[in-house]
Amino acid sequence: MIALLSRDLKLALRAGGGFGLGLAFFLIVTVMIPFSVGPQSSLLATIAPGVLWLGALLACLLSLDRLLALDWEDGSLDLLATAPLPLEAVVSIKALAHWLTTGLPLVLAAPALGVLLNLPGPGYKWLVISLLLGTPALSVIGTFGAALTVGLKRGGLLLSLLVLPLYVPTLIFGAEVARRGAVGMDTHTPLLMLAGITAGAVALLPFASAAVLRVNLR
Amino acid sequence: MLKVTDLSIARGGVPVLEGLGFMLEPGRALVLRGPNGIGKTTLLRTLAGLQPPLSGQIDGAEDRIAYAGHSDGIKQTLSVTENLNFWASVFGASGIQPALDAYQLTDLADRHAGNLSAGQKRRLGLSRLLVTGRPIWVLDEPTVSLDVAAVAMFVAAVRGHLGQGGAALIATHIDLGLAEAEVLDVGPFKAKRRALEDFDGDFL
Repeated sequence: MIALLSRDLKLALRAGGGFGLGLAFFLIVTVMIPFSVGPQSSLLATIAPGVLWLGALLACLLSLDRLLALDWEDGSLDLLATAPLPLEAVVSIKALAHWLTTGLPLVLAAPALGVLLNLPGPGYKWLVISLLLGTPALSVIGTFGAALTVGLKRGGLLLSLLVLPLYVPTLIFGAEVARRGAVGMDTHTPLLMLAGITAGAVALLPFASAAVLRVNLR
Repeated sequence: MLKVTDLSIARGGVPVLEGLGFMLEPGRALVLRGPNGIGKTTLLRTLAGLQPPLSGQIDGAEDRIAYAGHSDGIKQTLSVTENLNFWASVFGASGIQPALDAYQLTDLADRHAGNLSAGQKRRLGLSRLLVTGRPIWVLDEPTVSLDVAAVAMFVAAVRGHLGQGGAALIATHIDLGLAEAEVLDVGPFKAKRRALEDFDGDFL
């Protein structure tokens, strides 16, 4: 399992691995927002948590179609399926590698980009906490979507359509934590809901992903 | 070691082979022959556990098969050593040197797999079998894009594997020069088109 994780991280960091794709997209979106909505700092402060969350979610979505498709194309997925590793472990490790190369950089970059959007002072802490708690769910749900569409040529559109509705609860509660945090309200309830969604997704979805992957490999 | 009885398999919902049965003993190799599209690849994928059979029994396949299909599962941006080391640690094997030696990959060990020729990639793909430590090799057209010398390396590797009590099932169209291998022609097991069971002729 460690071998698979380190291989995936190595592949992501090497040329053409796609590391930084999501991060660059996130950067572009947040830099462009003040140009498009205008420079009123009060307006930017109001929309900052939501925009940052949406940017992170779309950046995550952007990198999903490479998640399993590359392994499927070169035949490694067939070989991994016949290896001693259970497929559930394979998809969990894939999701973890995706989070480490996409989700975690987004979490770390978010406070810096918050400055560009005039995010209120107390909001930084809650933005990081909500992203840290929410992005693992995005990776795990995304892996499920990637498993559903593996083997389809140009499956990116279908993947987005399948995954976006599943992302909605995470987005609602994640952005709500960040918004409430930014205006100094109590974040308890949305934080618990977000944690619940993530815990549920991490616990259950690898089994679903492995099951659909088995069907798709036939 | 591997026993297949009355196996029926389908590809894309269409039955391709039926009533297939054979035994594979330790130290023996079985060469599958048959025209294109007869279902050799489907049979090998079924044995490897990648798809379920329609009916029939496969005994002794669970966690004992090393499968090598049409694609080699090589990552272009990793070096030859990194590729092999990855598979070695997935299968819990130690040491990739025997695998490098068997296919004369030592000189290429630090090269990125993306820079290898098609034949060299195939050799790397086949050397993976040596680090799996699995007793039954299931190989689908293993000699594609190999030259005569590389085919000889492959045959030597298969002989070595058989000598250690392993077994091999090879689908191929060329003569490997593996004299001790038995040949199984899957042509006679081609699935017949079944008449529709609930077809009502009177309806016409």
